[in-house]
Amino acid sequence: MPSLILSTAARYLLPLLLLFSMFVLLRGHNEPGGGFVGGLMAAAAFALHAIANGLDQARELLRFDPRSLIGVGLLVALASGMPAMVAGYPFLTGLWGTLSWPEVFKIGTPLAFDLGVYLVVAGTTLTIIFVLMEE
Amino acid sequence: MIAAVLSGFALALVAPWVSHAGRHKAGWALALLPAGLTAYFAAALPTVAAGGAILASLDWVPALEMKFSFRLDGLSALFTVLITGIGTLVVVYSGDYLKGHPRLGQFYAYLLLFMASMLGLVLADNLITLFVFWELTSVSSYLLIGFEHERAEARAAALQALLVTGSGGLALLGGLILLGYTGGSFELTDLLTRGGLVRDHALYLPILVLVLAGAFTKSAQVPFHFWLPTAMEAPTPVSAYLHSATMVKAGVYLLARLSPVLGGTDAWAVVVTSFGAATVVLGGVLALRQTDLKRILAYSTVSALGVLTALLGVATPEAAMAGMVFLLGHSLYKGALFLVAGAVDHETGARDVSRLGGLRSAMPQTAFAAGLAAFSMAGLPPALGFIGKESLYEAALHLPGGSLWFFGAAFVGSAALVGVAGIVGVGPFAGPPVATPRHAHEAPLGLRLGPWILAVLGLAAGIAPGAAGQWLVAPAASSVLGDGVQIKLALWHGMTPALGASVLTILCGVAIFAARTVWPRLLAAFDRAGRWGPAGWYDLGLAALNATARIQTRILQNGYLRVYLLTIIAVTVCLTGYAMVNRVDVPLPAAWPDARPHEWTVAAVLLLAALAAVRAPSRLAAVTALGAAGYSVAFVFILYGAPDLGMTQFAIETLTVILLVLVLYRLPRFARFSSTAARVRDAVFAGTAGALMTLLLLIATRAPLESRVGTYFSEASVPAAHGRNIVNVILVDFRALDTLGEITVLALAGIGVYALLRLRPKGG
Repeated sequence: MPSLILSTAARYLLPLLLLFSMFVLLRGHNEPGGGFVGGLMAAAAFALHAIANGLDQARELLRFDPRSLIGVGLLVALASGMPAMVAGYPFLTGLWGTLSWPEVFKIGTPLAFDLGVYLVVAGTTLTIIFVLMEE
Repeated sequence: MIAAVLSGFALALVAPWVSHAGRHKAGWALALLPAGLTAYFAAALPTVAAGGAILASLDWVPALEMKFSFRLDGLSALFTVLITGIGTLVVVYSGDYLKGHPRLGQFYAYLLLFMASMLGLVLADNLITLFVFWELTSVSSYLLIGFEHERAEARAAALQALLVTGSGGLALLGGLILLGYTGGSFELTDLLTRGGLVRDHALYLPILVLVLAGAFTKSAQVPFHFWLPTAMEAPTPVSAYLHSATMVKAGVYLLARLSPVLGGTDAWAVVVTSFGAATVVLGGVLALRQTDLKRILAYSTVSALGVLTALLGVATPEAAMAGMVFLLGHSLYKGALFLVAGAVDHETGARDVSRLGGLRSAMPQTAFAAGLAAFSMAGLPPALGFIGKESLYEAALHLPGGSLWFFGAAFVGSAALVGVAGIVGVGPFAGPPVATPRHAHEAPLGLRLGPWILAVLGLAAGIAPGAAGQWLVAPAASSVLGDGVQIKLALWHGMTPALGASVLTILCGVAIFAARTVWPRLLAAFDRAGRWGPAGWYDLGLAALNATARIQTRILQNGYLRVYLLTIIAVTVCLTGYAMVNRVDVPLPAAWPDARPHEWTVAAVLLLAALAAVRAPSRLAAVTALGAAGYSVAFVFILYGAPDLGMTQFAIETLTVILLVLVLYRLPRFARFSSTAARVRDAVFAGTAGALMTLLLLIATRAPLESRVGTYFSEASVPAAHGRNIVNVILVDFRALDTLGEITVLALAGIGVYALLRLRPKGG
């Protein structure tokens, strides 16, 4: 039963939800939020789009296979631990840059790590949802 | 030196590409590394022969004082030269032996992996480092034996070798750790000077037993000898390299290496010598039973390993010297004969000695190398094998206490060796030509080079024993004894009793060779008895293990999700409940909590939703009710100051409902499958679990909220991690490694779900 309202709304909601999920990811260090919940929101955004407009459209919009998001996310999280080792600290020690947006976020390796978490969570959830929808 | 060890691993990584690019000539290119390493270690011989040891080390786990340390002394030097030298020839040989094999590159990779592991093993100074390389040799041996994994026999043989040496390795790990603690150091350099400390320790006997278990399984001593002949399923270059010249000598190396620490006691002498002697005799006799070239050689290798072990048990200067000469001689002639056997198999398609004969005209060069190697194996002058046997007899005859049985075992073993030398080295090439499955012709250069060089070296070392003695044997024997050895090697010892014994040995051996067709038939009568031997125990043990696993799987992993859940909940309730009943007095709240109206509302919704979920008439209703319950929990989180948890809970609940709906879509109509009794049982379990959680919460909230960890995190969050959200700071900074582990699990779970749903067999 395709619903015009839902499908149109989902089209506009997808970018908004994705933006919000990024916002949640970025502010996570200081305010409630973070990579885990951000990733879930991103996954929910695509799931909504898939339910409203069909799986094919959602896959097309995502561009990447959600499975590759899992791998990329793990790599990003792993790589975020490396600079500390190069600098002579233990693996995964947080290093911070000087660039920041006061009150929202600062650039640093923990942010990259959180981005990895975000990608893994979104990738895993979408992998499961997409494969279930395809069945 | 560390680079020398690691270079093999590096080359192993790229070997498949080199093999692909170099086609048939890749073997020659790949052999450059082992050849270079041979030169490198040979260049170190003068330093080592002068009594010096070369050390190198890297920090590994400094907190545990664990070092990645290496030490090159006389014993290691002998082994490194053998490993890299024979390794060079075997790599070249493999190129022709497996010419055109689609997985030749993989083969080179495994072979180089083995070489590097073996080098690490004989050079390791740290016990744990040694153990790691020890296990790596077992693993690479597994890969090489099972190289032709299309065949079930090869797979079974590989598994057997891995299980036998692997369980020995486990014992060894225990032994090495105990040794490290009793000796106060994990560095061999330190331990070698603290032998007394270890030998007088109460744990000496357990250490000895565990270390010997490791050494005996690796070096195929009775009763663990059975895996070595089975391992002949491997391609022949592997048998030559791993299962005669190097890896099986790792156990002998370990005994020799630890001899200054653990040796010299009565327990050592009795156990090591008697196991060795038993292996000598059994290996020698069983070799005569076989007709397959490789299996004959394998059993004679078992016998030779027994000789080495027995000599290390005796551990007089003469015995140590004899052991090292014998080891060098054996590696040369046995490596050569294995390579010859491979060449014969490769060119004729047969390896049964009763179907081979007269190959001298078709394969003259191979025949010459075989004859030369057999000469050394039989212990005829002037080959190195002769000196090896003479020194063995000298050591046996000069043994204090006149142990005739040791001499007897040495004699039987040597006579069998002479017989085997004839059967393998002379038999296939002498006599009238016999028709073979493939038309016999001379082997290509790669297959001839190895046997030639090894056989000629065996002869040369015998003719000029001074050099081999000075540079290789004496330094190695000195390491075994822990102090310098002054004995010089010589061909001619004068008219000694040992010489008489040698003559007698050769006569007996010739008689064995003359009657070579009789033995297999004669000894076949005992095959039935052999089924009750160690190989039978292995089969029984394996069958029992599999049966246990099947039964246990059927009970525990029965495929019913509800049973898993019940088990998990029941175990949790019982264990936690038991602990609570015994240790904690459960505090009951004195009065109703003083909550605000909207909090009561959330609690009421939560309860109602839970009830609705249980009573729901359809799946969709149940899922919706569960979602409502989950949202209420999320509200509770938010009301009581955990917005992060609340947010996440909302997102999770939403996605769970979506997932469940997607799954439900595919399920058959809702029906009531469970009986009332089952429902009552479930209700009891669920109720108990809920009660337990409530009690836990009551206990947890009564405990003081301020903990040191919590205070630390809240204080350190902003200054140390630049974040005010403590939950997130803990996740991505303080405990980032935990999170990394968690997202890895999450990723695996995702891939698992995908695999379960998508990669089903067609039509399943």
